[in-house]
Amino acid sequence: MTTTTHTRTAALALGDDALVLSHRLGEWMGHAPVLEEEVALGNIALDLLGQARILLSMAGDEDELAYLREERAFRNLQLVEQPNGDFAHTIVRQLYFSTYQHLLYGRLAATEGPFAGLAAKAVKEVAYHRDHAEQWTLRLGDGTEESHGRTQVACTALWRFTGEMFRPVDGLGLDPAELEPAWLESVRGVLKRAGLAVPEGPRTGAWSAGAGREGLHTESFGRMLAEMQHLHRSHPGASW
Amino acid sequence: MVTLTPLEAELLEIAGSVLDPELPVVTLRELGVLRAVHVRAADAVEVELTPTYTGCPAVEAMSLDIERALHAHGVREVTVRTVLSPAWSTDDISAEGRRKLREFGIAPPRVRAASEPVGVTLGPTRTLAPEPTADPGGAALEPIRCPHCGSTDTELLSRFSSTACKALRRCLDCREPFDHFKEL
Repeated sequence: MTTTTHTRTAALALGDDALVLSHRLGEWMGHAPVLEEEVALGNIALDLLGQARILLSMAGDEDELAYLREERAFRNLQLVEQPNGDFAHTIVRQLYFSTYQHLLYGRLAATEGPFAGLAAKAVKEVAYHRDHAEQWTLRLGDGTEESHGRTQVACTALWRFTGEMFRPVDGLGLDPAELEPAWLESVRGVLKRAGLAVPEGPRTGAWSAGAGREGLHTESFGRMLAEMQHLHRSHPGASW
Repeated sequence: MVTLTPLEAELLEIAGSVLDPELPVVTLRELGVLRAVHVRAADAVEVELTPTYTGCPAVEAMSLDIERALHAHGVREVTVRTVLSPAWSTDDISAEGRRKLREFGIAPPRVRAASEPVGVTLGPTRTLAPEPTADPGGAALEPIRCPHCGSTDTELLSRFSSTACKALRRCLDCREPFDHFKEL
């Protein structure tokens, strides 16, 4: 493999993470619990979409990659494709992912590699995503019995998708495993402050079968892609 | 800083006087997003533009407005290129740009102290979460002032507002809600 191919592989992994999570957050439009959160989730989705456009353009044609690939060709983490569930579920997914993405971009920004420029820019945006997720986790975990219960369920349900974030990505220029101690310390700290139990189950296992980075996705991802790609596939080249 | 030819300086002035499509009181020069103008050939100009946020949809409108302004000045071929490095920061907004934002009703982003944190007097706030005195990057910040009455007694309503670059706040003295251009 040439250096370019390695870079393309990593660009696809990070770009797909941003694209897929952006689409999931976009699904909240018209459904968020309050107007301010509708706006917040939409803005976070927009930041992620901007990052996805730059990353996918490093890997090829952004529109072709987003709209014309089959499920098995996507390289995103299984975590980001998980359905929104209730608001607590979305917030916990945000907490797990934005903590990881913030640490990752922070490290990439300090390298000389092909992702340094984007990472230096995006790390500042993701700092706000992480702050948003942490503040909401504290409010929900330390809120009512109902909000606490739902958030605890979400923490536990999504825990098993968090191990994949720290597996090696070809062409990235650093080993994501180096981010794991800081991620664990940060997430555990937020959960404890929110009065939530830190899940104890495994964070990866045989069920993940190599997981999203290998192109193996969970059941709901195909349905999400069908909706995301429907318009482009039905009306190729359509514009407005 | 690269030395500009008189023609490049003139074209930079024209491109720089284009107004931001979302904040039509501030020019692209004041916003600090215009990086360079290169004359590539007779009648062919390349402009370097940096986005405020990677997903900012205003970039396309800015590019079109720059092309229009330079075409009107007689430049036949205009290419606007988006550059990411070095990353734009709200510290790139000029003092004049900040003044105009305030007059427009938007609390401008605060300038980060580059050196040691400076002691600042904070007005009382009523947000449940303690008011950060530093941005997420850890740089010290002064209190946010209501752009209408100047009070520092304001509360955060939402971390994200009408655009990704702003937060929604309310003044507890004059009771007016206002946008705050977040530090980035």
